[in-house]
Amino acid sequence: MIASFYPRDRHRHPQALTPDYKSSVTRSPRYPLLSIDQTTSERTGPTFGHGDINPGDNDLLLNHAQTGDPIGERIIVHGRVLDENAKPVPGALIEIWQANAGGRYRHRNDRYLAPIDPNFGGCGRTLTDDTGAYAFRTVKPGAYPWRNHGNNWRPAHIHFSVFGTAFCQRLITQLYFEGDPLISLCPIVRSIADEAAIAALTARLDMKTTASFDAIAYRFDIILRGQPATPFEHQLEGN
Amino acid sequence: MPGLADDLHETPSQTAGPYVHIGLTPDAAGISIYGGDLGGAIAGPASPGERIRVEGVIFDGTGTPITDALLEIWQADASGLYPKPGAQTDDDFRGWARAITDFTTGLWHFETVKPGPIVEGNGATQAPHINLWIVARGINIGLNTRIYFADEAQANESDPVLNMIEWGSRRATLMAHRHCDTPVYRFDIRLQGEDETVFFDV
Ligand SMILES: [Fe+3]
Repeated sequence: MIASFYPRDRHRHPQALTPDYKSSVTRSPRYPLLSIDQTTSERTGPTFGHGDINPGDNDLLLNHAQTGDPIGERIIVHGRVLDENAKPVPGALIEIWQANAGGRYRHRNDRYLAPIDPNFGGCGRTLTDDTGAYAFRTVKPGAYPWRNHGNNWRPAHIHFSVFGTAFCQRLITQLYFEGDPLISLCPIVRSIADEAAIAALTARLDMKTTASFDAIAYRFDIILRGQPATPFEHQLEGN
Repeated sequence: MPGLADDLHETPSQTAGPYVHIGLTPDAAGISIYGGDLGGAIAGPASPGERIRVEGVIFDGTGTPITDALLEIWQADASGLYPKPGAQTDDDFRGWARAITDFTTGLWHFETVKPGPIVEGNGATQAPHINLWIVARGINIGLNTRIYFADEAQANESDPVLNMIEWGSRRATLMAHRHCDTPVYRFDIRLQGEDETVFFDV
């Protein structure tokens, strides 16, 4: 039997309704979430293996290259996936997506005037290794304007989707870059009330991992919900 | 590293935004570099059980269908067992799938097998259900809910999770209804309003 996962600390996550991010107004449930005791349904989840992905899927500099390298600042984004007990999570599937260096997404609904880069798709994926480590090579995404308030600009960011071992750990988040002055102005960032939690989404410049005369590096660790080290099954179900 | 090793907190969620397709269903976004999107096949031809289709629309608070959402499901097989870690396609049943809402109509669907009842370690039995997780622009943290089957009335009556819902009227929001004689179940999701779908803090 798999132990229950620690409850989500909803104060570190954004609330559903954050009116400054206008899209949340009509898309946020108004009833409180119903807390349930975890069952097998929440404690298990899909697993992924190397048969699911291709080598090179994590190299956004090459995975959509047609005529040459994409335009932009070449970066390495790397880190580890750990649980709340600092235990590495091996085999975690990480999928990322981002705008190109000009701030434009390769998407039917993105009409921003910055050009599409023919050599950049904007998606990558990988599995963490035995130590929970992962790495991507890409270009630094550009900031872009979006329709919220009149002059809102998203800070440079990379969208991250992560699978742990259980469906209740499923997480989507965004990586921001240390030192970006747009972070503190962004209504989506500010949907998170806790400053320390915002800091946890800010990747740190990592000169040690920089590839000389090639790519600068940023480090971003991801923490998933953990379980008590000693499985302890409380028996409150069906009370 | 944020904080002490014994004081780590879950990374906070952020919205998947309007361009989630690029990352999670790139083929659907027109970026064909991986050779197929993940999450297309939940139950291969060798998986036993009744073949069903579950479909629906997600309505926002104005009653408008959402056309930029992504859904994932996780379910037990016809005998009520979840796939074991690492067991990927051995028994042809993966239990996990991903779908997007249609860019125009907002309709989503999954082709799968109907799950069986699940016997828990404590002896309780869960009624057949499909676990559902929804992300989209404007959704700050993924929404968890469950699809139950209206034609499993007896099993539903003793389901431990359904019985945690204090308001009988709200239980109805978790019921998928079968179209007369076809193996198609309809499950509409309402993010707000009188019949707002029950979402869980799992
Ligand atoms: Fe974005």
